[in-house]
Amino acid sequence: MWDYTDKVKDYFFDPVNAGVLETANAVGEVGAIACGDALKLMLRIDPETEVIEAAKFQTFGCGSAIASSSALTELILGKTIREALSISNQDIADFLGGLPPEKMHCSVMGWEALQAAVANFRGETWNDDHVEGELVCKCFGVDAGQIERAVRANRLTRVEEVTNYTKAGGGCLTCFEKIEAVLAEINAAMVAEGLLAAAEAYRVGSVDPKSLKQKARPKAAAPQPIELKPVSEIVVAKPAPAPIAVGGDVAVLEKPVAATRMTTVQKIRLIEATLDEIRPFLKRDGGDCELVDVDGNTVVVELTGACVGCQMASLTVGGVQEKLIAATGLPLRVIPVK
Amino acid sequence: MPTPVYLDNNATTRCDPAVVEAMLPYFTEQFGNPSSMHAFGASVGGAVKQARAGLAALLGAEHDHEIVFTSGGTESDNTAILSALEAAPDRDEIVTSAVEHPAVLALLSHLEKTRGIRVHVIPVDGQGLLDLEAYRAALSQKTAVVSIMWANNETGTIFPVAELAEMAKAVGAVFHTDAVQAVGKIPIDLKSTAIDLLSLSGHKLHGPKGIGALYVRRGSRFRSLLKGGHQERGRRAGTENTPGIVGLGKAAELALLHMDDEVTRVAALRDRLEKGLLQRIPNCFVTGNPRERLPNTANIAFEFIEGEGILLLLNRAGIAASSGSACTSGSLEPSHVLRAMKIPYTAAHGAIRFSFSRDNTDADVDRVLEVMPGIAEKLRALSPFWKGAGEAPAAFAPVYA
Repeated sequence: MWDYTDKVKDYFFDPVNAGVLETANAVGEVGAIACGDALKLMLRIDPETEVIEAAKFQTFGCGSAIASSSALTELILGKTIREALSISNQDIADFLGGLPPEKMHCSVMGWEALQAAVANFRGETWNDDHVEGELVCKCFGVDAGQIERAVRANRLTRVEEVTNYTKAGGGCLTCFEKIEAVLAEINAAMVAEGLLAAAEAYRVGSVDPKSLKQKARPKAAAPQPIELKPVSEIVVAKPAPAPIAVGGDVAVLEKPVAATRMTTVQKIRLIEATLDEIRPFLKRDGGDCELVDVDGNTVVVELTGACVGCQMASLTVGGVQEKLIAATGLPLRVIPVK
Repeated sequence: MPTPVYLDNNATTRCDPAVVEAMLPYFTEQFGNPSSMHAFGASVGGAVKQARAGLAALLGAEHDHEIVFTSGGTESDNTAILSALEAAPDRDEIVTSAVEHPAVLALLSHLEKTRGIRVHVIPVDGQGLLDLEAYRAALSQKTAVVSIMWANNETGTIFPVAELAEMAKAVGAVFHTDAVQAVGKIPIDLKSTAIDLLSLSGHKLHGPKGIGALYVRRGSRFRSLLKGGHQERGRRAGTENTPGIVGLGKAAELALLHMDDEVTRVAALRDRLEKGLLQRIPNCFVTGNPRERLPNTANIAFEFIEGEGILLLLNRAGIAASSGSACTSGSLEPSHVLRAMKIPYTAAHGAIRFSFSRDNTDADVDRVLEVMPGIAEKLRALSPFWKGAGEAPAAFAPVYA
């Protein structure tokens, strides 16, 4: 049985806004080829104000597809088209307290139905360019289609890069061989299309996933040339021999820095600079992270945007903490506040 | 919460209390290793022998030693096919059906990919019946092994394995049948057939999970899958799962005792449920072959609604069943069995399997007949395809992504 939240169950057992809207002036009909589900979204939009006055849906699909459709109507009612279009499929999933990774496409279907309905209202035809594929990474719900887009758009040729761009493989890494196969296949296709040199293309079996897992940490933790100490040593806080370079501009600290002897101001600056480095990655997923307070080795941060309510928030905090520890050499503890 | 109604016996059955009781001593005082020389081992060895005889009787095997205990249906299927392939090095083709269990199909596609084995997948018709002409045409001197299930797990459709085995024998191919769903549900008499290998699983016949068996006809060439000790006459290494074996033996004895009940009373329950649902709910139909099928299985496709929704609502009413719908499997793939039968997808997605066992009663059937019409109605009110009973589906053509 799927691990559905109570809210998903509630919205499935007693869906809100289910049925036909006779007065609809905007209708979106979409389906998910992955599982055969289909959704008809019917809206009544005020032509003057473009406010969505009524919304109803009919869905052929599983429990989460019905719940996602119902959640969508709740989210967009009373909003203007502009406001409604800013709703992402993640918002729909968040509204329901999260969806199992295999079921995220149900929320995508809701998002697409809205796009299609608005296009219909404006007398346009909506074309879908969303491609789905086999679910590759179950930890982060990444499918082959997402990997293909990232690989092609960024000319990725290494599994680590795929993880950095899509998160696939960032969890348990049991999907390594699937990622590898997808990457090799797309690279081969890119070579055939003349988009990639044959020598650059990824070949299956050329990387040992075990080394990858070990390597990924310090590398991810230190995108800039920062002298690193193994965490165990950092916790004992031995003097760091080399100056610490931060961000783009090199802030060479006067004295050889012993981690414990860093002033509070230095520490905060370093933390801020490190957060600035991480920020682009969070922003790419629609989230952000602000420094609220530093008290001893406790770093209080506020997660904003898409990070709020995201199932992966604790992982994000863990990742931020790891990077801060690596950058400062302090046994920091990152605590998120609302 | 009403009394639970369990109608998912093709997924697994309740372990019979008599089976549990028979097993218990083999976890405690009877802990010996049957291979040991001393008294601790000897009595356990006797129990294993008795279990083997019990299972041989259920299968109508000529000799007890034709039974090899394994960890379950999947191991038996894998062992059978790999053994047959290895034992016939000059043959490199396999014949199977489109509706086999993944334990067979996944292995065969792996062999196709990694060893270049040619696999002939025989199609089925709308009722799930095997295309016999295609089967005959696929058999040749190159066929190492044929693997066709005795009965299908989703629809209950029974295949004419005795005839199929004779045809395989004519070209010198080994015939294996995955009989996981058939054993214990219908009478089987292997000694009167040409079947070489047969796989079964304990938990499908009120035995424990984690135990199964492979029938290996006397005189068959056989290559073990697991290498190691001499257990099971060198055909399956690894210390015997004695509690499991004793449990399976007991389950086999009980299955033989209840066989009449299974093919009469259980079949009548199934038929009453089917008839009742077809009468009460418009736009639904029975899938599979209504003439030749397991007495316990009903697979009914409810048009224009989706299986997972039905199961969630049934579950809320305390009824356990299963579905061939895409959304209930981890893979999102719709049932390959119903797709092979070319059931339209708006019906295949709403196909529900009710599978009975000797534990079920008339009250269970009444309960489903009471709640199922309301469930279909509720979900159809939500469905963009639904126009009303007997009406053609709504003109609904979504943009598929």
